[in-house]
Amino acid sequence: MQLYFKYFLLHLQSQMEYKVSFSFTVLGQFLVSFSALLSIWFMFDRFHHVEGFTFPQVLLCFATVLMAFSLAECFGRGFDQFPRMISNGEFDRVLVRPRNEIFQVLAYKMDFTRLGRLLQAIIVFTYAIPQSGVIWTWNKILTLFLMVICGSLVFFALFLIYAAFSFFTIEGLEFMNVFTDGGREFGRYPFGIYGNEVLKFLTYVVPLALFQYYPLLYLLDIEQGLKFMMAPVFSLLFLLPAYAFWRYGLSKYVSTGS
Amino acid sequence: MSTYVALFRIRFTNSLQYRTAALAGLITQFAWGFMQILAFLAFYRSNPQAFPMEFSDTVSYIWLQQAFLALFMMWFYEREIFDTIESGTISYELVRPYELYNRWFCQSLANRLARAVLRCLPILIVALLVPEPIRLRLPASLGQFGLFIVSMFLGLGVVVAFSMLVYIASFFTLSSTGNRIIAAVLSDFLAGALIPLPFFPIGFRKLAELLPFAAMQNMPLRIYSGNISGREAFYGILFQASWLIILIVVGKLWQRQALKQVVVQGG
Repeated sequence: MQLYFKYFLLHLQSQMEYKVSFSFTVLGQFLVSFSALLSIWFMFDRFHHVEGFTFPQVLLCFATVLMAFSLAECFGRGFDQFPRMISNGEFDRVLVRPRNEIFQVLAYKMDFTRLGRLLQAIIVFTYAIPQSGVIWTWNKILTLFLMVICGSLVFFALFLIYAAFSFFTIEGLEFMNVFTDGGREFGRYPFGIYGNEVLKFLTYVVPLALFQYYPLLYLLDIEQGLKFMMAPVFSLLFLLPAYAFWRYGLSKYVSTGS
Repeated sequence: MSTYVALFRIRFTNSLQYRTAALAGLITQFAWGFMQILAFLAFYRSNPQAFPMEFSDTVSYIWLQQAFLALFMMWFYEREIFDTIESGTISYELVRPYELYNRWFCQSLANRLARAVLRCLPILIVALLVPEPIRLRLPASLGQFGLFIVSMFLGLGVVVAFSMLVYIASFFTLSSTGNRIIAAVLSDFLAGALIPLPFFPIGFRKLAELLPFAAMQNMPLRIYSGNISGREAFYGILFQASWLIILIVVGKLWQRQALKQVVVQGG
């Protein structure tokens, strides 16, 4: 942990060396998700609600997913660039060091420019939390925290799977973006609105809905009960197959030799 | 002229090589289009009266957008051009016997077209086969289809001419990251890449429809389904052609000025 913190500071320092470039990229990240936000606003300006959800309620979703994603991306960036690590042989060096591989890949790269998105998520939360009509209790505050934390762990698991694929293919697989970037893009609306089949898929196969849709129903008092409140915790089960797949990929790893 | 045709051919065949990448991209784009249509469907169910265009027009818009993504997305920049400008190898380019603007224009055109050729057919075929209401309709009429093709090429021209301005701007800023992102976000949004222009609030929409970004994907994708037809379509095409000419003229003038004061940094 102490070592990770050290790496954390190192990365922070090195990125702060190029302040102009850094702030431009942060601004860019901010703008990208701001245009998504603007499109939601335009849609609600016209339709006022979707499947019973109002604008601030949808923003609660938007901010949750955005925050979860940007946290996962900020710290899990190493996995995003993992295919490159394999193809240039960097990973061979990782294997000979006496530390856990996941730890090393995590420490290999951290990207603080993603804070642009995080900042936006915080701003949106400050608007949506009072406006959404949620009657806040301690339980609900806990649920919201769980949504963000478990959400970022699920995204992290997806990055892990993406990286594990490259043990076999060397190249990164673009279709995984459907779940990572796609999860972020389409998670701006409650996953329930996409219809039953999609919802089932996002509950049982790739559990994005478990940290977004079901706990949202709990927050809005549409559903009660521990099952909905604790849904984000169930999504953590997804970490198991992701980790198993990573271990399996690792056991089959053949260096590229470069 | 033949020099540029040859350049175009080389770039085109070069880009056709990346077939596996295209296949992986296909799955992503298909899923993307599918989810987007489902989102619009939810809004449609919630309040059909507020829907500003026919639902089937919106469906066509989204499928075509995915099929021809490579033609219209602003963030498909030519990395190579930025590298040339930033690293100073531009000096080699300048001694070669062709007009730099035309060369870059050809290169971008060829790369975008090649990518689109690889990707569009499978997406279009699947989109024509999926069940209603998310199926892609055939074009409203043969004439409308002709207009769509013309409008699509003009739209592509406007996209490339606009991205030329972004390349030229990096002569002045050295690091292109900022310009690149801001230009891409702005133009994608105002071109209707996130939501089609008819979904904009009315005042905003009126403004957006005057800007060059409305001459990009907005026109062809709406002409295809007949959302813009007849006289309106003709005016639309005229609108695209005028922006294309304006952007090219501005680009050429600006580049000439940039090259006059270009400082190649040593090393």
